[in-house]
Amino acid sequence: MSRVPALLLVLAVAGLAGCMERDQSTANARRSPDSPAWQSASSPYVAPGYAPGDKAQWEAQLRRRAQGQNDYAPRL
Amino acid sequence: MARMKFICDAERCIECNGCVTACKAENDVPWGVNRRRVVTLSDGVPGERSISVACMHCSDAPCMAVCPVDCFYRTDEGVVLHDKDVCIGCGYCSYACPFGAPQFPTNGTFGLRGKMDKCTFCAGGPEANGSEAENAKYGRNRLSEGKLPACAEMCSTKALLGGDGDVVADIFRTRVLNRGKGSEVWGWGTAYGKPSTGKVGTAPPEAKKS
Repeated sequence: MSRVPALLLVLAVAGLAGCMERDQSTANARRSPDSPAWQSASSPYVAPGYAPGDKAQWEAQLRRRAQGQNDYAPRL
Repeated sequence: MARMKFICDAERCIECNGCVTACKAENDVPWGVNRRRVVTLSDGVPGERSISVACMHCSDAPCMAVCPVDCFYRTDEGVVLHDKDVCIGCGYCSYACPFGAPQFPTNGTFGLRGKMDKCTFCAGGPEANGSEAENAKYGRNRLSEGKLPACAEMCSTKALLGGDGDVVADIFRTRVLNRGKGSEVWGWGTAYGKPSTGKVGTAPPEAKKS
């Protein structure tokens, strides 16, 4: 007959576990480091004529691209 | 390279909402969240102007200052980004931002507020550039693909300029000189500092016809 109290005890522990709150502490939450925008893997979406990984080329590509917004840019 | 900046030319914006649509589509922005909005000033009266507003990636970003979990960071190009894994969705950034940029998707039952979402200048987040994980959380990382933000590149009247601050300021200055009016840049002083107050940032791209 000792099974009934034991079973009740197990159920009570299980019930308590169900009421436990998940860890919401922010003490260990740390921002992940980000890599520079010019460091990326090549993909089919990369702008034509640009190869990722070269900072100087990336900057030149963005400057050239920005001129697409310029109505007064000299036509090449 | 200088810092990345947005300029919205109120003389050119026709309130088409193309920038809003481009942003939503490119970044698969969740329902109820608009990273970019078009705001109309003096609606219905002479002098009405429209401007496209999103995160301006401020020089001295108030959202960064108030975040209790320090989830914001600034990239080498001056783009203000955040880590959604650290964000607790408290909403302080939303109260601090003068542009109303931080957005909160309703997430689950009872309208529970989710992680903050905002314009990333199409630069993603801390995950590997161009990865699926980054795309799922923050949207497309066009900057790492050698492209500028979709909103600016899609603008039909070229009212919204985005890119290297020096370059877009030059483009705007040339326009103002050619048309002889409309040198006011809404939000520029708030985001990047006014030269008269000696704050951080560069001078607004005002130009006067001589």
